[in-house]
Amino acid sequence: MSPWLEKQRHLIDFTLASLARRKTRNLGLLVVYTLLVFVLASLTLYSNALRSEAKYVLAGSPEVILQRMVAGRHDLIPPGYLEKIGRIRGVQKKEGRLWGYYYDPVLKANYTFMARPASEVADGSIMVGEALARERGLARNNTISFRSYSGKLFSFEVAAVLSPDSELLSADLVLLSEGDFRRFFEYPDGHYTDIALSVANPQEVRNVAAKLTATLPDSRPILREEVQRTYQSVFDWREGILLTVLAGAILAFAILAWEKASGLSAEEKREIGILKAIGWETGDVIRMKIWEGLLISLTAFLGGFLAAYVHVFHFGAAVFTPVLKGWSVLYPKFALVPAVDGLQVATLFFFTVFPYTAAILVPIWRAAITDPDAVMR
Amino acid sequence: MIELSNIRKAFNQGRSNEYWALHGIDLSIEAGKVTAFRGPSGSGKTTLLTIVGCLSRPTSGRVRFKGEDISALPERFLTDIRRQSFGFVFQQFNLIKGLSALENVILPAFPSGRPRAELVARADELFARLQLAHRAQAKVEWLSGGEQQRVAIARALINDPEVIIADEPTANLDTALSMEFMAILEGFTAAGKTVLLTSHDPLVVESSAVHRVVGMRDGRLIGD
Repeated sequence: MSPWLEKQRHLIDFTLASLARRKTRNLGLLVVYTLLVFVLASLTLYSNALRSEAKYVLAGSPEVILQRMVAGRHDLIPPGYLEKIGRIRGVQKKEGRLWGYYYDPVLKANYTFMARPASEVADGSIMVGEALARERGLARNNTISFRSYSGKLFSFEVAAVLSPDSELLSADLVLLSEGDFRRFFEYPDGHYTDIALSVANPQEVRNVAAKLTATLPDSRPILREEVQRTYQSVFDWREGILLTVLAGAILAFAILAWEKASGLSAEEKREIGILKAIGWETGDVIRMKIWEGLLISLTAFLGGFLAAYVHVFHFGAAVFTPVLKGWSVLYPKFALVPAVDGLQVATLFFFTVFPYTAAILVPIWRAAITDPDAVMR
Repeated sequence: MIELSNIRKAFNQGRSNEYWALHGIDLSIEAGKVTAFRGPSGSGKTTLLTIVGCLSRPTSGRVRFKGEDISALPERFLTDIRRQSFGFVFQQFNLIKGLSALENVILPAFPSGRPRAELVARADELFARLQLAHRAQAKVEWLSGGEQQRVAIARALINDPEVIIADEPTANLDTALSMEFMAILEGFTAAGKTVLLTSHDPLVVESSAVHRVVGMRDGRLIGD
C-alpha cells in the first residue's frame, strides 16, 4: 500500500478510536442526524414515488379530453359534437365518454360511475373497484342496489371486482353498461360527459387542441401533460407544507450540529496540541477531523436513507401517508413502485452531509493552527 | 549538532503584556551527550527547549541543526524535522486518554505512512526494552505514573529520533522512579542519542548520566 493510502488508513483508525472514546456524545448526534435524514428522505422518496405513480397511471389516459363549457362550468356534450370535430389530422380515435359521481349514503363516499360498451359490461351487471368492494363487502355474483338521484332503486349484479393492480385508479370505480348509465342518471340520449381523443404524435397534441378550440369555441381541451403538471404541483405543494412543518426540526439539528462542531472541548483542543507537538501537521489534524465529520455524516445519511427507503416502499410511509396521499373516504391500497431520483438524492446529500462537514471545518482549522508549543506551557 | 546564536523570544509582542522570555542566548550543543538546563521557574528553560525542538520559532536569532539554519523554515518543513529528528517527553506526559499504550506510542508515526505492522513491531520492541510489554494494550489512564512516563518515552522513540527532549522528566516521579528514568537516560547515550532536558531536581542535574548542566535565570544563561 502506498504511504499516502497507509496514512489515510492511520487517520481513519485514529478517527474511529476518537469517536469510540466519546461514545455517548457521538451516538446521540448520530441518532438525531440519522433521524433528520430519515424524515427528509422519506418525504422526498414518497413524494417522488407518488409523482412517478401519477405519471405512470396517466400514461394510459387519452392525450386530449374535450369538455363543453357553459358559463365557465363543465356541461354535457350535446349531440352532433363528435361529428362536428370531423377528421383532424393526427387524431387516431375519438370517443364520447359517460361518467359521473354517485354519493353512497351507506359509506358516506362518492363513487365514480362510468359507462362501458355492452361488449364489456352487460345490462344489469357492474364491475366494481377493489376498495369499494372491500368496504361494501362485495364479491362476484353478489347483488347490490343503488337509489338513483331521482329516487328509483336499481339493482345490479357484480360481474367482476376490478384487478387490485389498477386500484390507484379504480378504487371507487363502478363500471356499467351505457344503457344502465343513462337510465340510472336519466342522462339524455346522444349527450356525453366529455370526449376523449387519442393523438399518436406528442408534437401534434397542441395543434390538435388549437384546431378543437377553433372548431368548437365553447369547448375546452384538457391536455394530459397539463393534468400531469397539476399532479406534480399538488405533490410539490404538499411536500412544501411538510417541509415547512419540519423546518423547526431542521433548524434544531442545524443548531445541534453547529454547537457540536464549533464547541471543541478543552480536551479535544489539548489533544490537537499533543498531536501537533509529536509531529502531526496542521493538514493531518484537519484531515483527521474531516474524516470524523464524513464518517458521522455519511453513516447518518446512509442509515437515514436506507431506513427511509424501507419505510416508504415496504411499510407504505405510515408516518406521512395522511398528509401526502391526500384526502379520501375510499383510500386505495397500493404498493408504491420504488422510484429514486438521482438528483433528489444528490440534493438531499448536499443539504445534509455538506453543511455539517463544512460547519466543523472552521473551528477545527482554528484549533489546528495553534502553536504546538502550547502543550509545553 | 545544535547551535543557537543570539536567540530572543517574546510573547504577546507589541501588546501591553509583551514579555521577553529569552534575551540573546548563544549556545552550542554537542551530539550524543546529555545536556541539562537548570534554573528556577520562569527562567526560560522550557521556552528554549521548544525553540530547539522546532515547536516554536525564535523572535530573532538563528537555530542551526546539523549545520542547517532551521529558524525560518515554513511550518511544514519544521514539522518534518520535528517528527524525524526530535522525540519529546513532556512533564505531564501528554498521553491521549482512552487510547491504549500501544496506540499512543505509534501516534507520532502516523503521518509518515509507514505500515501499521511495522509500527506495532517497533512499539513492541520499545515496550520490551522499557519493560512495559505486559501493559501495551492497557488504556493509558489505567497506568501508574512511572508506566505513563515509560509510554511517553516509547512514544518519543517510535520515529527513532536523534534528539530526545525531556521537560522536567522527574517532576511527577518519586525517587525510585526518578532513578529508573536516569537509567533509561544512560541507555539513550549508549545508543548515541543527544538528550536535552530541563530540571530543578538535584537527582537529575547531579547525576553522572548528565554530561553538561547549563544554568539559566531571567531568560539568560548563567554559565555551565
